[in-house]
Amino acid sequence: MMEDKLREFFNNNFKDAVIKEDKFRGDISYYLKPESIYDVCEAIQADASLDVKFLSDITSLDWLNHVEEKDGRFEVVYNLYSISSTYRFFLKVRLDGENPTVKSIVDLWDSANWMEREVFDMMGINFEGHPNLTKILTADELDGHPLRKDFPLTWEQPKFTWNLDDPPEVIK
Amino acid sequence: MSNTSKTVTLNMGPQHPSTHGVLRVILELDGETVVKAEPVLGYLHTGIEKTMESKLYYKVLPCTDRMDYLAPMSNNLGFCLAVEKLMEIDIPDKVQWVRVCLAELTRINSHLVWLGTHALDLGAMSMLLYTFRDRESIMDMYEAVGGQRMMTTYIRIGGLAMDIPKDFEKDIRNVIKVINNGLNDYETLLTNNEIFINRTKGVGVLTADEAINLSLSGPMLRGSGIKHDLRKANPYSSYEKFDFEVPVGENGDAYDRYLIRVEEIRQSIRIMEQTLDGMPEGPYRAHVPGIVMPPKEDVLYKMESMIFHFKLITEGFKAPVGSVYQGIESGKGEMGFFISGDGTNKPHRVRVRPPSFINLAALPKMCEGNMFSDVVCAIGSIDIVLGEVDR
Amino acid sequence: MGIEEKIPDSIILTSLDKMVNWAHKRSMWPLGFGLACCAIEMISTFGPHFDVARFGMEVMRPSPRQADLMIVAGRVSHKMAPVVRTLYEQMPNPKWVISMGACASCGGVFNNYAIVQGVDRIIPVDVYIPGCPPRPEQLLDGILTLFKQVEKESIKDDHPEWGRKLV
Repeated sequence: MMEDKLREFFNNNFKDAVIKEDKFRGDISYYLKPESIYDVCEAIQADASLDVKFLSDITSLDWLNHVEEKDGRFEVVYNLYSISSTYRFFLKVRLDGENPTVKSIVDLWDSANWMEREVFDMMGINFEGHPNLTKILTADELDGHPLRKDFPLTWEQPKFTWNLDDPPEVIK
Repeated sequence: MSNTSKTVTLNMGPQHPSTHGVLRVILELDGETVVKAEPVLGYLHTGIEKTMESKLYYKVLPCTDRMDYLAPMSNNLGFCLAVEKLMEIDIPDKVQWVRVCLAELTRINSHLVWLGTHALDLGAMSMLLYTFRDRESIMDMYEAVGGQRMMTTYIRIGGLAMDIPKDFEKDIRNVIKVINNGLNDYETLLTNNEIFINRTKGVGVLTADEAINLSLSGPMLRGSGIKHDLRKANPYSSYEKFDFEVPVGENGDAYDRYLIRVEEIRQSIRIMEQTLDGMPEGPYRAHVPGIVMPPKEDVLYKMESMIFHFKLITEGFKAPVGSVYQGIESGKGEMGFFISGDGTNKPHRVRVRPPSFINLAALPKMCEGNMFSDVVCAIGSIDIVLGEVDR
Repeated sequence: MGIEEKIPDSIILTSLDKMVNWAHKRSMWPLGFGLACCAIEMISTFGPHFDVARFGMEVMRPSPRQADLMIVAGRVSHKMAPVVRTLYEQMPNPKWVISMGACASCGGVFNNYAIVQGVDRIIPVDVYIPGCPPRPEQLLDGILTLFKQVEKESIKDDHPEWGRKLV
């Protein structure tokens, strides 16, 4: 029921913004055009009949060197939830590898503040209009964004070597 | 701190006895009033999500224990459910009931540590001793099923690591007895304790709208008066078969959250008793050759099982392209696993929806404009585990 | 203590050493400093069941200025490493360090960009305890092993890792 409502909502208001609808293992996700994400979120939050008020999570994927890369290297996933109808669905946007940027939704949800900061820190996606887009988890000295596929797992910037005879090199 | 400025900047942590680990908060004080509170995270950043991407699906599991180390079995459960959803594995009844029982035991474990440390922060030193005394019985139970005190990795993809021990029911009933006795002690000490009430009532208040806007979950959300529990809303692992109440607060302050957590321990005991009363018989692991590890007894005596075991250990199984999300209600809130497969034997991306990380984002709102001495109480009432906040 | 600077090398201090070591051993106050999972086992050790008070160390000092023993309980991230080093330097001499658990000793399962591969890269460690996390009994054993080491010490020993040369 909620699924039909959602489809109707997108058909009526954002027919151009939806690239495709995807259903995998029972979860609906809508692939949207990156520039429309703020408007869609705003409309969803304001829509009383949908009653989707809960932003569960924001996360990101990196499709480097994968077939999926053709639609854009990065993918930002917005995980939305409706408490009254206990329904969960996903909004996804694809961004290209060079300077991935998407509009921030901090104005709509306070919780998006830290979630977007984490995505920025770990994946290097810029959120336009974010009030304080700085590192949140990784060390200040660390260059790069660890969750990108081209970031090596055992990268190490040798700092703490006072008792090692031959300090390690940067492992790449 | 300069003489001309009106406010004082105070650094709290990362080494501070009541930040529950290595949280750092930068406070701006105007006299005794907090003007601004800014949490600084990352002092325990472990790169767990990146590490998970480099491991086979089976070998990711030990990493999940080490995130929310007060509730290891909840993490195992969340990850296994997500992988089972991705691979479409059906789980035998008995496994589901044992999982429910252990997940509730884990919730009690998590709440007990919270109760002890939170009360310690507020000056009730003996609470820590009592809760850790009773927690030992849970640790013994963990050891009985999984062989380890904390990081059991007992819940595996498609089932359990091994069959439940012979005395499982008797032992769990013993634990329930210990916890029930302890719970009466705690409530006698705290619930009507004037000092405790004065320190917690009206502290860290969040209204229902604020709680939803901040995406809070677990006791934080329920404390603000919203009756939402994933065990009831989107039942997983056959939670719909059990009868329990979801406690809800009214004022959204630290005292309500305390009452909710204590009541949740009672409800967990109720669920555990129900699982024991109706424990079904059956295998302890689903029979899905090629994806679920065959039972160890078969590996020793049967040819096919040994081959599957060898293949699974060396190359694992291949997951389809696509992403699934599975949220569970852990002791702290909605613990979610977002797993994206890319057609290979390693997960393309494992995203953990960390309940304490998202709940902690409410700290500035809870502190700002309130007294300085209530900051500790506000941090305590969120129930954070830094291992999960920073991952 | 200051006295050791004035004693010539030829004097042997058996009884004084014994007494000082006895005092060190019997009132070793740990720093209340937990990092990750091992910290919970450390609290368990200090709790009623395992009761480390039997060895004269039930007082956890929140301030490094009053602590003798640092138990590095858990993984040390690159962001935390300078803090750990600062805490170590803030502790007064004599001081000891126990590295508790696999992560603190060698990085454990987390061989990645975020974790310091062994806390001995930043501070000198006296006793390593294996395990993930170690059982409280293991921590107790590690503490007793440290006590045995303390028994062998002399106030005239050289401790360059403490930041100053004695004698």
